[in-house]
Formats: sequence, structure tokens, C-alpha cells
Amino acid sequence: MNKQMTTVEAVAQLRDGMTIGFGGWGPRRKPMAIVREILRSDVKDLTVVAYGGPEVGMLCAAGKVKKLIFGFATLDAIPLEPWFRKVRQAGEIEVMELDEGMFQWGLRAAGMRLPFLPTRCGLATDVTTHNDLRTIKSPYDDGEELLAMPALNLDMAFIHVNKADKLGNTLITGSDPYFDHLVARAAERCIVSTDELEDKLELDAATARFNTFERYLVQGVVHAPMGAHPTMCAPNYGWDLNHLKRYVASASDENGWQVYMDEFINGGEEAYQAANGGVEAMGKLPLPTF
Amino acid sequence: MTTNCEFTLAELMIVAASEAFRGDGEILASGLGIIPRLGASLAKMTHTPELLMTDSESLLVEEPIPVGPRGDYVPKYSGYMSFERVFECVWGGKRHAMIGPTQVDRFGQTNLSVVGDYNKPKVAMLGVRGLPGNSINHINSLFVPSHNTRAFVAGEVDMVSGVGYNPARWTEDMRQDLMEIRHIVTNICVMDFGGPDHAIRVRSLHPGVTFEEVQANTGFELLKAPDMGETAHPTAEQLAIIAQLDPHNLRARQLKDNPPGIRTASTEQ
Repeated sequence: MNKQMTTVEAVAQLRDGMTIGFGGWGPRRKPMAIVREILRSDVKDLTVVAYGGPEVGMLCAAGKVKKLIFGFATLDAIPLEPWFRKVRQAGEIEVMELDEGMFQWGLRAAGMRLPFLPTRCGLATDVTTHNDLRTIKSPYDDGEELLAMPALNLDMAFIHVNKADKLGNTLITGSDPYFDHLVARAAERCIVSTDELEDKLELDAATARFNTFERYLVQGVVHAPMGAHPTMCAPNYGWDLNHLKRYVASASDENGWQVYMDEFINGGEEAYQAANGGVEAMGKLPLPTF
Repeated sequence: MTTNCEFTLAELMIVAASEAFRGDGEILASGLGIIPRLGASLAKMTHTPELLMTDSESLLVEEPIPVGPRGDYVPKYSGYMSFERVFECVWGGKRHAMIGPTQVDRFGQTNLSVVGDYNKPKVAMLGVRGLPGNSINHINSLFVPSHNTRAFVAGEVDMVSGVGYNPARWTEDMRQDLMEIRHIVTNICVMDFGGPDHAIRVRSLHPGVTFEEVQANTGFELLKAPDMGETAHPTAEQLAIIAQLDPHNLRARQLKDNPPGIRTASTEQ
């Protein structure tokens, strides 16, 4: 029952062309240590499904993304995600652009093993023009026309949590768990990375409520201290605005992505931490005020 | 409402934004961006205390939280509103959001996705975000800090992200009755959708602005509301509350050169 693995073992489970979902929201609690390992790998032609933050932009920059299923891509403090913008404007990726609510609705359908769920979101907009989305008529007397949001089935989900054990029990202690439980349920396989890892969680009742999805959904647990950096992992650490600015610059600098890869990614996770001032300093990044 | 207080254009717009929420009752008020957020906060602290508000993250507050660094201010939470619950609120219609789209057309359709060709856009912005779902489910108001023909476009917006009153986009079996676009607050006027078939009208002009100037900066034809007048000036009480809600004067950085609320010759644009 020990599900602990390394980032290398986690990413070795990926195959070209897979559909991969990421937990988190924008620059918040993204499984970035795993993303960095994907950047170091040969995997390609991915369909990426996310409430997009820098993981989307970085995978786009590295040419890993064939198709993006998204509601937005943003760094919040820096509204426009630079690499998403660059590849999107160059027409280099396919997109399925969805309303934020439709997106979680599609994950929910997948988790419930339904082909679709009805919603009004997306009707009367160009979301239905640019995507293969069908409508359905209510079978009851109201006869209302609704959009049938198809299930967003994932081959693999990657989620970063504050704490986990080797069995796959997880805690998300930030004030908002986002939609990670739905991401986990929508996936064939789910691997979590965690800031803190224990052999077996032994919690009081109040703390146990921070568990938002069951361990039978989790096939792998990666111990990744500061694994969400440069995104935030409330309440432990905030996003690293200086690092994000450095990343943003990589989209406009000559040969910028290769330089970013050499400076931060190619050397592995320990070198990454050293290049960002070390785990101790990274862990003190202040939480943003909204 | 007119007083002799000095005020900035941003403060005038905050008061105008607050008016959009007047009388909304017990629904969630969301102002996206500094001026809309201060507007919603001012509404709650003055004429519409029934409004619900969040800390702009995941917790409900009964006392709107000042914008910017909080210093000694400790928020007092009254409940929980995670993103998941926001969708439940949105889909139930219990919200009024004031958002800042990149483009708006004569139907009130909004765009936050791309400018130009969809497959190879000239500018890719954020993505549609929550606009499709928000716009079809609950009240929305629009905030456009630069009123010009790039924002208020001729024809339709480049990518319809938020629904509007365009009959060609709706079938008779779709529920269009659940949507409402309330006000559009810009740097030169306030508009609404009170004309025939929801045509956009100018409700009020900011001090020193003419209808002709508004029309010249809009890509479609505008109507005048029968009682079109001057946008209400902030009162001393409102200015004091705004100062309390924005202790770092972030409002001064929202509009280029932080123009005064009443134009002088040197601030003519």
C-alpha cells in the first residue's frame, strides 16, 4: 500500500498524446515539481486540461501541448500568461475554450461516469461556435434547450497538496480546495505531489475535514517540498513574484525559454531550489493579499 | 447629491459603480478590479447593506475589506464562499458582478478571450473565464475605464464570451429571462440597456462630457435616456467611506494621470 514514488517515476507513466489534468487554479497550488519533470522528459502531444497558470504556459513553451482545454490562463498578479499568449497568438495549439463553470461540470460528469451534464453556461456565446458542443432539450414539459457539457475524461491527473501520507490520504489546508477533488475523480490515474509526507496520517476530526478526495483515487504520492513553487501553496507559502517575472521575461528574451530551462529546470529539483534561494527562503514567501 | 467637495474621476466612477448595486438585496456583490470592488463595497456600506461580499478569496465578510495591504486591519469573517460555492451561487442567480471586458457591443455581448481571428488571434487575453456562465445566470454590470471605439465595437465583439441581448444568438427554447445587464460605467458616462429591445442608452454624463463626445467614442448608435443628466457627484460622506475602504489610495492609480472629477480645460481629452 506504499504509493510513494519519485517525480521521474510519476512522469514515466505518461505517454505521448495523453490527456492530463492539473489541479490548482491559476498561480495557486500547481504541481510544479511534476511539471518541471515533464519539461525534462520526452513526452509530447499532450492534451492539457486546467484552470491554467504557469504550468500551462511552461508546457506550451516546451512544445508539449497539442491541445489545451481551459477556461483561462493567468498568473493573477500578472494577468496575461506570457507563453500561453505567445503560442495561442501564433496559432500553434488547438484549444477547447470553456466557461469556468462548464469546466468543473465536465470534470464532474467524468467523475460520475456520465457522458454529459446539462447547463445553461455557454449558450448564446462563441463557446458553442468554436467547440463541438451540442445542446439537448429537456424531456420534461418545460422543453428548455440546454447545453450538454461533455465529460472531461482524463488519462492522468496531477495535484499538489499540503500534506499526504504514503497510502494516498491527502490534506489541502489552504482556505479554498479549488476543484482538485473533481480533477482526481475525472482521471483514470491520479498522482499527487505533497509538501509534507508522513507514513500514515493520524488526525483529529477537525483536521481530517481538510481531506477532499479519497485515497482510492490516488495511485502515486511524490514527496516534493516547495513543490508548488513558483505558485502559491496557502497557508504555507505565497507565489514567487520575482520568479514569475523572470519566467514572463523568457517569453520576450532572445532564446528565452532555453535560458530559463538551463537556469532553472535542466539541473533537477535540488538545483532549482538552490537557484531560488533554497527551501528555507522559498518557504517564507508571503501570501498575497487579494 | 451635488456638493462642493473636490473629487477625482475615479471617485466619481466608484460612486457610479455603487449605484449599479442599489436595491439588489441579499445577493453576492462582486466587483472585479479596484474601482468596481470599491463601488460594491460602498454600496454595502451605504444604501444596500443586505449585499453579501467576500474577501476576494474564499470567505464571506459583513464589513467590506479595505483594498491593498491590510496592516493592522483584521477581517471579520461571517461565512465561507469557496470557488465551488461561487458556481452554485452563480447558477442559482444570486449574484451581481461588475466586470471589465475588453470589448462590448451594442447587444451588451462581452469579450475577454481574443481580439482578431479566433484561430490565430492578434491578441490573446485571459480566456472566457466565467463570462458565459455569469452572463446567462445573474445580473452583470460592465466597467470600461477607457471609453473608445476599440472597447465599444461596431458589429459584434470578436469572440462572444458573455451573452447579451442579441436575438440571433438565442433560440426560443433557451431561458433568456434569467440574464440582466444593469449598468455600464465608463470614464465618461454611465449607460444602461433601457432603450427599445434593450438598446443601450446614456443615463448620465460625467461632468464636462457631452453626449456627442460619448457617441463619437462608441462604435454603435446610442440613445439618450429621457432623464439623462450629470453623473452624481460623490458626497463628503461617500468620499470619507471611500478613503476608509482604500487607505493606500490605489484608486489614484486606476486611471491615467488620475484626472479630477470635474474637467478643467487642461484635462480635456
